[in-house]
Amino acid sequence: MDITAPPRPTATTASYPLRRSRRPLPARGVRTLISDLELSRGRTRVWYGVALTLVTVGFALVFLFPVYWMVSSAVKSPAEFALTPPTFVPRTFEPETYARAWTEMRIARYFANTVGYALGGWLIQLVVDVAVAYALSKLRPVLGRLVLGMMLTSLMLPAAALLVPAYLTITDVPIVGVNLLNTPWALWLPAAANAFNIYVLKRFFDQIPDDLLDAANLDGAGRLRMLWSVVLPLSRPVLGVVSIFAVIGMWKDFLWPLLVLQDPETQTLSVALSRLSNTSQVPPTQMIAGLVIASVPMIVIFLIFQRSIIGGLSAGGMKG
Amino acid sequence: MRRSMTTGLSARLRRRVRDNLLAYAFLSAGLVCFALFSWYPLVRGVLLSFQQVNFVSDPYWVGLDNFRALFDDPLFWTAWRNTLLFTGLALVFGYVVPLGLAILLNELRHFAGFFRVAVYLPVMLPPIVVVLLWKYFYDPGNGLFNTLLRGAHLPESQWTQSSSTAMISLVLVSTWANLGGATLMYLAALQGIPGELYEAAELDGASVWQRLRHVTLPQLRFIMLVLLLLQIISTMQVFIEPYQLTGTTNPDTVTVMVLIYRYAFTVNYDFGLAAAMSVLLFVVLGAFSALYLRLTRSAT
Repeated sequence: MDITAPPRPTATTASYPLRRSRRPLPARGVRTLISDLELSRGRTRVWYGVALTLVTVGFALVFLFPVYWMVSSAVKSPAEFALTPPTFVPRTFEPETYARAWTEMRIARYFANTVGYALGGWLIQLVVDVAVAYALSKLRPVLGRLVLGMMLTSLMLPAAALLVPAYLTITDVPIVGVNLLNTPWALWLPAAANAFNIYVLKRFFDQIPDDLLDAANLDGAGRLRMLWSVVLPLSRPVLGVVSIFAVIGMWKDFLWPLLVLQDPETQTLSVALSRLSNTSQVPPTQMIAGLVIASVPMIVIFLIFQRSIIGGLSAGGMKG
Repeated sequence: MRRSMTTGLSARLRRRVRDNLLAYAFLSAGLVCFALFSWYPLVRGVLLSFQQVNFVSDPYWVGLDNFRALFDDPLFWTAWRNTLLFTGLALVFGYVVPLGLAILLNELRHFAGFFRVAVYLPVMLPPIVVVLLWKYFYDPGNGLFNTLLRGAHLPESQWTQSSSTAMISLVLVSTWANLGGATLMYLAALQGIPGELYEAAELDGASVWQRLRHVTLPQLRFIMLVLLLLQIISTMQVFIEPYQLTGTTNPDTVTVMVLIYRYAFTVNYDFGLAAAMSVLLFVVLGAFSALYLRLTRSAT
């Protein structure tokens, strides 16, 4: 029996007749409202080109231009920034404004605070919520369903409605009686009570067959070992999505940190930017540099994890 | 034989007990966090709304006094009216636009990746960055918007600084910052519509418009309802836009959340009053939340 190399796929362009007046539309696997055939007919094809151009230009102007404006305004000299009408391409170039914002507005400090809160919050959410989801999904204790139900009801509580009593809890934690204001725990502990994470994780764990765990048990693995060596490695995708959204959520949060981090030394970047913009005389270009610095981590995360973020969002929307 | 059965039974029992102990050890941290920041605040919030709270003496019961004080405060009614106005305007702009955009994007055969990234970019920016950025755009002097209007020889606007345009300005910021999420969710739903439905409709001679009306929209009905509820729930809690752009003292844009913040943390330092307001907000939003959860849970 001869084993021959499979024929190399021929270039797709070869299937189109040579010498076409227009380039063919990119072929698509899915059929949508308007078929590829309809779109490629003369008049419609022209309208398609018009619509595509309008949407592309529109998106660039509406969604990208403001970000460009922010990044480019920060490098203008204060005099150029104040010009009427404003310039769209900076004539002066002072990238040191970013460095000044970093030190003079003490953004370095707030940035470090926020990174600490986000990473700590991420770790605590992951540890606490994975433990809860694993216990409810695989250990199935007495009253487990009641616990899950009570946790899920918290999804119904708008965060806003709990603001005042939760704040009072922070100022004087029941039983232990400590004041957590201006400490990272004021952000971390409420973040760990995340019913959505638990719901998503539990649903994923539920799909891991018990046979797999029983097999591990026969090999002498305890419950903790099963979690570590069987469940977690299989759950990498869902852990990834939960992690990304945890970090994004901690970074973007505003109202709660505004209430519980009143000491400027402890504030997040968002709260500090708000305070500086309300009370101090920071030059606008420096302020805008601060805005850019606050956005960079989010944009980097977005560009790296685009696929998971967009995928997780679609899944989250459908499943609540 | 009998011996092995009893040991088998007690071994299973022992294992069950051990599993339960272990399970509750795993649950403990979560239970503490939920108790402290979800369950206890829920109960305490209701209790607080019937109490007078100050930091000199212990809280004491005042019956319905907090609610009476709320109804007597003209700002209370203004705040609800403003919140409903914000939610309504946000629906006008923010509800139809993502749907239309998603349907359009789903038909475009080019740059799909670019469109997705662009529309979601504002959602990734921290909200405070968005509002502070738009504050510069709204500047009546050399802000971006008035510059553009001037360039087009159109009348300029005072944006956030005039009582007639303040609210709409806040709605525009909020819509820009949030519509990416809904757009991407609609896109995902559109991609789940089976192509055969369109093919069958086309064979029956349905025009593009008829296919949109009788295939696309009915298929999207569920997600449209879900996103409607989600949007109402989130826009009724609007805070950062009025807080940062127009200030907490501006009666044109004071919203329910802004008023709760004022009652508790700036003007009155009255937690009982703020809790009473929160309870009312909770009742209104709770109805929408319950409906949302019922819908999404029955669907899966």
